[in-house]
Amino acid sequence: MFARGIKRKCFDGEEDIEGTLAGFKSVPSYNLQRQSLLDMSLVKLQLCHMLVEPNLCRSVLIANTVRQIQEEMTQDGTWQVINAQNTGQASLDRLVSSDILCRSTKEQNEGKLVPSYSGFSKDFENTPSQDIISDLSTVTSVQAPRNPQSNNVWEMENSQENRGNFQKSLDQIFETLENKNPNSVEDLFSDVDNSYYDLDTVLTGMMNNTKMGHCDVLESFSSQTTTNSNSNCKSDINELDHIVEILVES
Amino acid sequence: MAGAGGGNDIQWCFSQVKGAVDDDVAEADIISTVEFNHSGELLATGDKGGRVVIFQQEQENKTQTHSRGEYNVYSTFQSHEPEFDYLKSLEIEEKINKIRWLPQKNAAQFLLSTNDKTIKLWKISERDKRPEGYNLKEEDGRYRDPTTVTTLRVPVFRPMDLMVEASPRRIFANAHTYHINSISINSDYETYLSADDLRINLWHLEITDRSFNIVDIKPANMEELTEVITAAEFHPNSCNTFVYSSSKGTIRLCDMRASALCDRHSKLFEEPEDPSNRSFFSEIISSISDVKFSHSGRYMMTRDYLSVKIWDLNMENRPVETYQVHEYLRSKLCSLYENDCIFDKFECCWNGSDSVVMTGSYNNFFRMFDRNTKRDITLEASRENNKPRTVLKPRKVCASGKRKKDEISVDSLFKKKEKEIKHMKWVSLGSMVKGVYVANKCFNDSWTVITPCRVWHQKKKKKKKTK
Repeated sequence: MFARGIKRKCFDGEEDIEGTLAGFKSVPSYNLQRQSLLDMSLVKLQLCHMLVEPNLCRSVLIANTVRQIQEEMTQDGTWQVINAQNTGQASLDRLVSSDILCRSTKEQNEGKLVPSYSGFSKDFENTPSQDIISDLSTVTSVQAPRNPQSNNVWEMENSQENRGNFQKSLDQIFETLENKNPNSVEDLFSDVDNSYYDLDTVLTGMMNNTKMGHCDVLESFSSQTTTNSNSNCKSDINELDHIVEILVES
Repeated sequence: MAGAGGGNDIQWCFSQVKGAVDDDVAEADIISTVEFNHSGELLATGDKGGRVVIFQQEQENKTQTHSRGEYNVYSTFQSHEPEFDYLKSLEIEEKINKIRWLPQKNAAQFLLSTNDKTIKLWKISERDKRPEGYNLKEEDGRYRDPTTVTTLRVPVFRPMDLMVEASPRRIFANAHTYHINSISINSDYETYLSADDLRINLWHLEITDRSFNIVDIKPANMEELTEVITAAEFHPNSCNTFVYSSSKGTIRLCDMRASALCDRHSKLFEEPEDPSNRSFFSEIISSISDVKFSHSGRYMMTRDYLSVKIWDLNMENRPVETYQVHEYLRSKLCSLYENDCIFDKFECCWNGSDSVVMTGSYNNFFRMFDRNTKRDITLEASRENNKPRTVLKPRKVCASGKRKKDEISVDSLFKKKEKEIKHMKWVSLGSMVKGVYVANKCFNDSWTVITPCRVWHQKKKKKKKTK
């Protein structure tokens, strides 16, 4: 229920609140809208990692938006409630850093990490390759539970299942990109309403595989994309062409 | 824009469009930046494929007073190639981010072009004569047997077909960790700055192996990063002064005489936030996409997502003028955030006399604001409806409610999301405006030149004179 006379500017005109009749319209609650904005922002941040080189300005602005929402939610007291439900973690009396913000709730449950803001920003640094590898080690794919101690991505098992999962995720990406305008995140996610987190796994798996430079998985990826390319590739699937080019060149 | 006597209004005529007919154009041909040279005779365009194409305006025909010279291809060269950063396993795009012309000193033209990481100085020179009549060489270049030479002659220069050569003279590399967004040539014509997301470097045009870092806003811990540099420019007259804008809507003016590292600004320009308009998107829409000094050097203009602001350099706490570019988008910010349009960066520019400012909007629209008359106009640079010398009719967007005839509704603007005018360049000669370039993401690799035509109204009879 919106207070009289206060216009909420951040949401669309179609849910326009015109003064006194606000409470009587079926308007999604402010909390729900805020939550969906938070979810959207987190997905955007994760999507950054799929591209070759994320735009730093855009990422900073999205991360600031996420932080802003989170601060407001903390003041409201709603943040702690949500976190307690989803993660079961006890220590939430401090402001959560953006590192944790960027985790999807599903992966929080499974104890995995997606590339956090600090993680990917470190990629921009001219760090020694060892640091990059240890950063990448935090990016786990679905196979991670089998290799909890694996600190070296080169040791990732080149299993059939790995390929299978990867094939599936590749098909999913190709499908969505083929049908919609690849530049529109909205289009990309229009089908993926509640299953943000499934896409997270997909993206993480994609990113994990594309980041590896010398692994055997890389070669299997290249061969898979060539077989896929005949059926699925169109000239406007730019991001994946990009990735393939890099992998083939390296 | 009003003149003395009978009164004349400047209207705008569509002049020329260059580029692909259909919308299905290769990614590499998409224009990413444009810049007129100082005289307006040359127009340089950079594209995503790392190419620079320079157009030259043909000499105006003196018999036809109303024909404005068309721009034709003058030179094409590959400025940047894609590179691969092996350490980070990332590709460095060859897309040209910015082009800046150097003032012309001799017959050759010089320009700086940059991609995300490397800046290059290019020399463009003409050759229209070649020597003929060598004694020791044949015309095709083969060497003659010296014993066969019986007479001597002096080689002469004979005219040949014009050849325009572009050669890279300097390569300024390896100074930027982040993506370069701006380059600006200093008024001393010896140095220039290059700015990326977190740092600004000062270069000397003659020295490629060294640059000085003059601004560094990178925090020790990248997790604390909340603000990036979005644009930077040198002052047009003071060679020690430059400004840089940020993603938080602030502009910092720095004086290089104060210290070597200008992390502490001399002036900070920031407008206090309007609490009634506060939303989660406030910061994003306050992010400045372009900053430009006026020719006089007294003012500077900034472009954020919804408005253009003019600042007096003597007043830091608020701009002296604010112009709304597309206020009707304010209620759509959530959708624009969703489809990433809210992150689009628009440019802005001044006319020669600093009396009119211009910027782009979506749907092929561009907006001009007259600072003196406070009138503004929206024009559409759409080649579909325009033939050369067509006077452009002003357009109007209706924000909500009933749509009047000839108006465009806000929702229809979102149908074609790709249509936006980002690059607006205005070249002027004194107070006469020479031309406006418009680059269109929708048209992909085309640009449009729109020129002013003066319409005279006299008291008794109406005479139409175009210029």
